[in-house]
Amino acid sequence: MNLGGVVSMEKKAGRRLGEKQSTSKGQISIDNVSISFGSGLTKKLAITETTLNITPGEFVCILGPSGCGKSTLLNAVAGYVSPSSGKILVDGKPVKGPSPERGMVFQQYSLFPWKTVHDNIAFGPRIAGYSSTECKSIANTLLSMIGLSNSAKCLPGELSGGMQQRVGIARALANYPSVLLMDEPFGALDAQTRLMMQESLLNIWSEFGTTVLFITHDVDEAIFLADRVLVMSASPGSIISDFRVGLERPRNPEISTSEEFIELKKQCLSQIRSESLKAFEGSGGH
Amino acid sequence: MRAAYLDKAESNVDGSDVAGSMGKQKALGVGSIADGPLDPMAHRNSVLYKLAHLFGQLPIRAIAVGAISVTIGLFLWHWATLYKFNYFVNFEHVPAPLLVGDAFSRHFFDPAFHTHVLVSLRRIFFAYSIAVVLGIVIGLIVGRSRTARSAILPYIEIIRPIPAVAWIPLAILMWPTEEASIIYITLLGALFPIILNTVHGVEQTPEVLVRAAQSLGANRAQVFWHVVLPAAMPSIAAGLAIGMGISWFSLLAGEIISGQFGIGYFTWHAYSMINYTDIVVGMLVIGALGSLSTYLVRLITRPMLRWNRKLR
Repeated sequence: MNLGGVVSMEKKAGRRLGEKQSTSKGQISIDNVSISFGSGLTKKLAITETTLNITPGEFVCILGPSGCGKSTLLNAVAGYVSPSSGKILVDGKPVKGPSPERGMVFQQYSLFPWKTVHDNIAFGPRIAGYSSTECKSIANTLLSMIGLSNSAKCLPGELSGGMQQRVGIARALANYPSVLLMDEPFGALDAQTRLMMQESLLNIWSEFGTTVLFITHDVDEAIFLADRVLVMSASPGSIISDFRVGLERPRNPEISTSEEFIELKKQCLSQIRSESLKAFEGSGGH
Repeated sequence: MRAAYLDKAESNVDGSDVAGSMGKQKALGVGSIADGPLDPMAHRNSVLYKLAHLFGQLPIRAIAVGAISVTIGLFLWHWATLYKFNYFVNFEHVPAPLLVGDAFSRHFFDPAFHTHVLVSLRRIFFAYSIAVVLGIVIGLIVGRSRTARSAILPYIEIIRPIPAVAWIPLAILMWPTEEASIIYITLLGALFPIILNTVHGVEQTPEVLVRAAQSLGANRAQVFWHVVLPAAMPSIAAGLAIGMGISWFSLLAGEIISGQFGIGYFTWHAYSMINYTDIVVGMLVIGALGSLSTYLVRLITRPMLRWNRKLR
């Protein structure tokens, strides 16, 4: 491992936690990417000729109706799916498979149920070959950041859905990835928990400063979180509009009643609505 | 009834023991201020509490019903042999339970009988250990690799239904020693349930966990070790318990024909000598050893499944 190169995870953490990432890591460029599944007659085009550039440290939400292929696009950036044509580069390097450089947060039930909360978070550093003391200090730093220090020894099954998702985020961040990919991470949570999670995610993000690519079908969530909201069309998926959210940070939930917020929401909704209708009719309306 | 008992046991111990442990803390001068509030669960570490809890956890009701049921069974057996019950099923020559008990108590102190039991246990131990290792390894490979599955599955499907007894002649011909052929037959019995359950467990591994591990930097081997194996563990444990039962089943087949020692041989020998009482002794001992060893397997695998029970 590159243990020699990394002075100490703690130092690294301290440096990164202190200020927003000054290095220009976390740049994503999606160049003319199409993704299709199956072959022959059953071939289905999920994503068509999509081009997208995300600058380091940016928080980007992809907003779209269910089934529009937004998760497919995310999975391609994560490296689980390879594009049929086009290129995906992260920090100039082509994506060839999953990597700890690109942390992934899933919708639900993705924690290892047989490992304690602490061991779930320490999994990445452990795999990367850090000593158990280093793993412990990384895990403890993140545990206190997500406010779950007291649950370190719990098994995931003993935690609520919101707590589990916080652990999921901490686990992905334990590798200090340059990009954080989030696939509707709060989709299964109740509305109250959801709001709390959004705020807490913004706090964590402001400390880490990683690039975030966040998938959601919730317009409010997208606008509240993002620097940029990309609206995706229904199948085959492609990005049809790119809204810049100029709302001031740090943001609090009251912001959702501001004029600017409502105006953005109107624009997004009208786009989404026409796309949802297409998807609804296209799928035979089930 | 059980709940009421449990409550009582807990409250009794609660009362006496919290006071005890608090006293101890004060006496030792352990500052509970620095440690935060006194741990309300601290008394649970005391031996007295654990004993009472263990006793309270015993399924008293189930044990009582089981004991009554067995007593009734013994009585019916006794009654049927006493009156030489003969209506379709013939009890005329079936040894009475008291006779069997008598014979058992004689054998219990007989070194020759000990040898039979020990030889059988040793065979089970070797055959089962090999079956566990082989079964889990083959199961994991078949479960994760399509090529391996296509290559190995035909063998499993054809060999699996062959009863242990049918293997006896070939086993004797193929293996250098009788001991080896008996172990081979026993091993075969345990092997298939372990393989099949392992395959099933591996197939149950949630894909999202595999993806999560990959995105955290795990390579193929690490995914296997940290994700696939633990995810398959509940199913593997079930296979291990079933395999233990079947290995006794097969051991008997091997011992009856080709052994000189062993509890199966003992039973078969009793049959040749027309000693019906010893046949029943042999049968019951086999049954007891089989269920004891299965229980042991469950006990050993239980700690690995702690997470699985907590989920429910």
